[in-house]
Amino acid sequence: MAKNAQHWEKTKGLLIVTLVIWAIFSMGIFLFGAEMNEVTGPFGYPLTYWFTCQGSLGLFVILIFWFAGRQEKIDEEFGFAERGDD
Amino acid sequence: MIKGNFIDNLPKIYGIYTGGFIGFIILMAIGEQMGMSSKAIGICFVAFTVFIYAVIGWLSRTAQASNYYVAGRTVPTVFNGMATAADWMSGASFVAMAGGIYFKGYGYMALLVGWTGGYVLVATLLAPYLRKFGCYTVPDFVGTRYGGNTARLMAVIVLTVASFTYVTAQINATGTIASVALDIPFQYAVYVGLVSILLCSMLGGMRGVTWTQVAQYIVLIIAYLLPVFWISNNIGAGFFPHFMLADEVARIGELEQQFGFVKNSAADLKTVPKGLAGITKAHSEVNATPWAFISLALAMMMGTASLPHVMMRFFTTPSVKAARKSVGWSVFFIFLLYSSAPMLATLSKLALIDPTLPTGIIGKSVAEVQAIDWYQNWNQANLMFVSDFNGNGTVELNEFFMAGKAVVLATPEVAGLPYVISGLVAAGGMAAAMSTADGLILAIANAISHDVYYKMVDPKAETAKRLTVARILLVVIGFAGATIAAMEIQGILGSVIWAFDFAMSGLFWPLVLGVWWKRANKEGAIAGMVLGLVSGFAYLIWVRSGGSGFLGITQLTFGIFGSTVSLVAMVVVSLATTAPNAATQKMVDDARVPAGAQVISQK
Repeated sequence: MAKNAQHWEKTKGLLIVTLVIWAIFSMGIFLFGAEMNEVTGPFGYPLTYWFTCQGSLGLFVILIFWFAGRQEKIDEEFGFAERGDD
Repeated sequence: MIKGNFIDNLPKIYGIYTGGFIGFIILMAIGEQMGMSSKAIGICFVAFTVFIYAVIGWLSRTAQASNYYVAGRTVPTVFNGMATAADWMSGASFVAMAGGIYFKGYGYMALLVGWTGGYVLVATLLAPYLRKFGCYTVPDFVGTRYGGNTARLMAVIVLTVASFTYVTAQINATGTIASVALDIPFQYAVYVGLVSILLCSMLGGMRGVTWTQVAQYIVLIIAYLLPVFWISNNIGAGFFPHFMLADEVARIGELEQQFGFVKNSAADLKTVPKGLAGITKAHSEVNATPWAFISLALAMMMGTASLPHVMMRFFTTPSVKAARKSVGWSVFFIFLLYSSAPMLATLSKLALIDPTLPTGIIGKSVAEVQAIDWYQNWNQANLMFVSDFNGNGTVELNEFFMAGKAVVLATPEVAGLPYVISGLVAAGGMAAAMSTADGLILAIANAISHDVYYKMVDPKAETAKRLTVARILLVVIGFAGATIAAMEIQGILGSVIWAFDFAMSGLFWPLVLGVWWKRANKEGAIAGMVLGLVSGFAYLIWVRSGGSGFLGITQLTFGIFGSTVSLVAMVVVSLATTAPNAATQKMVDDARVPAGAQVISQK
C-alpha cells in the first residue's frame, strides 16, 4: 500500500502544479486585462486580446500534453503503467 | 468496410473521405460557374453531407452493448480527439460564437478561454479516472462510486436537465441552417435537422456517433477555415490571418472612433426585428470588468468538466493513458477553430464597416444597401436589418443590425465570396450542430436506458432488449427536443451557457470528490447534487424575474452559486454521516492506478 500512497502523493503534486499554471492563464492574468491590453503582444495584437484569441488557448493544449507525459512517467516509475503502446 | 482491420485503416479511410469532400467542393464551384443556382448549391451541400453521415451511421450499426455504449473502447487518441472536438463544438461554437464576439467583444471572449481551459480540468481531475472505472455513462460512475439508486437517479436527472437544455439549442441551430439552405420554414426545418441527427446515432449508438463525428469534424473545420483564409487574402490582410491581422484589428478601432457609438432611442430600437443586435461595443478593447470575464470563464471551465456528453467520449479510448492524451488532441482540434473565430469576426466586421473596401456598407445610401442581394435574402429571413434612423439617407454604424447567429453564415456573402463558400459554411454549421446534438441525445438516452432501465427497473434484461429501449428513448428524446426548439425560447448561445451552469451546479463536485476525496459518501453526493441543482435553478429564476443577484453572478454564471452550494452541502453532509465502507474505498484506490482491470466489469 505504501507504493500506492507514494504514487498518489506524486500524482497530487503534478495536479497542483498543472492547476496553478491553468489558473494563472485562465483567470489570473485577466485580473489585469485593461492594463495588459495597453501593451503590444505577439504579432502586434494588444496583449490581452492576443491571450484571449490565441495565447491562453494554445497554452492549454501544450499544458495538457505536458501533463499527460509527466503522469505517464510517474505511473511507469511505480510500475503502474498499462501494457500496450497506444 | 468496417471489419477487422478497420481501426488500422482509419487514416486511409478518412484521407480518402477528405479528398472526396474537397473534390465535391470543387465540383460545386464548377457548377456555380456554369450557372447552378445558389439555392441548388445550398441544397446539394447539406443533402450530400447528411447522406454521407447516414451511410457511416448505417455501416456502424451494432447489436453489442459495449459497441453501442462505448464504441467497443477501441477509438485511437487522435481520432477520439477529432470526434470530441466535433462533439464539443456545437452550433453555438460554429454558428453563434464568432457572432457573440462580433457584437460583444472582449466580454464574450471569455467563452474562448473557458471552453478550452475546461479541458485542463477534464484531463487532470476526471477523464483518466472515470476511464479506469470502466463505466458506460456518467451516472454509472456516480451510482457505483457512491452506491444506491438514489444517487444514480439524481445524476441522471442533472444530466438530463443540462443536456436537454443544450440539445434544444443544437436542434434550433440545425433548424436555422436547414431553413436557410433548403429554403423551408423554421418549424419544419427543425424536424429535417432531427431526422438527420437520428440517422447517425440510431443504429450504431456510440460507435456510429464516433465515426460520423470524425467525418463531421473534417467538414466543419474546412468550412470554418477556408472562408477565413480566403477573405484575409482577398482584402489583402495577409495570407495567414492568425498572425497577420494586427493592422486590421487596429483599423476597426480607428473606424469605431471615427463613427462613434451612437445610442439609438428606444422608439427607434422598437422597429428592429427581435433578436437582432447592433455594433455597440469596441472590438478589441477590454470592455468588461475582470470579475465579469473571470466568472464567465470559470463557469464555462467547470461546466466543461461536468458535461456528460464530453466525459463519455473519453470512455471510448483503449486505455487510461490514451484517455489523457486524447484530451490533449481534443483541445488541439478545438483550438484550430476557436483561434479562428476572433479572426473571422475581425475580417467580417472590417469587410462590412470599412468604407474604403468595396464590400463596406457604412456610408452608402440606404436604398443602395437595401438593393444588395445578400441583404435582401438575410433581411427576408429576419436576420438582418438596416434603417435610416436619423433620416440622412446613408447607413450609419448604429443603423445596421444582424442576428448573432447569422454572422458566420452570412460572412462569405457579405465579403463577396462565391456562393459555393456559403454552401460549404452551411454544411459545416450543420455538421457542428448535428455532431453535438447526437452526443447529447445519446448521453441522455444512454443514461436512461442503462442507469434507469437496466440498473434499476430490469437488471435481467437481454442485450437486444436493452438496446431496443435505448433506441426508442433516442427517438423520443430527439422529438421532445425538436418540439421545444421549435418554440425558440432562448437564443442558441444563451441556452448553451445555461447548460454548462446546470451541469456544474449538480455534477462537478460529486464527480471530482468521487475521485479525489475518499471520505465523500452517498449522503454527501445526494445532498450535493440536489442542493446544487435546486439552488442554481432558483438563482436563475430569481435573476430572470428581475432579481438583482449578488457578487456579480448573472444568469450566465449562476453555476458558480449552484456549485458552491453543492460543494458545501457535500462536504458537510459527508462529514456528518458515516465514512464509505472498505469496498468503496478500495474501488477509489483501484481507480487511481492506471494498471489492472477496470473497476466495474460490464456485460
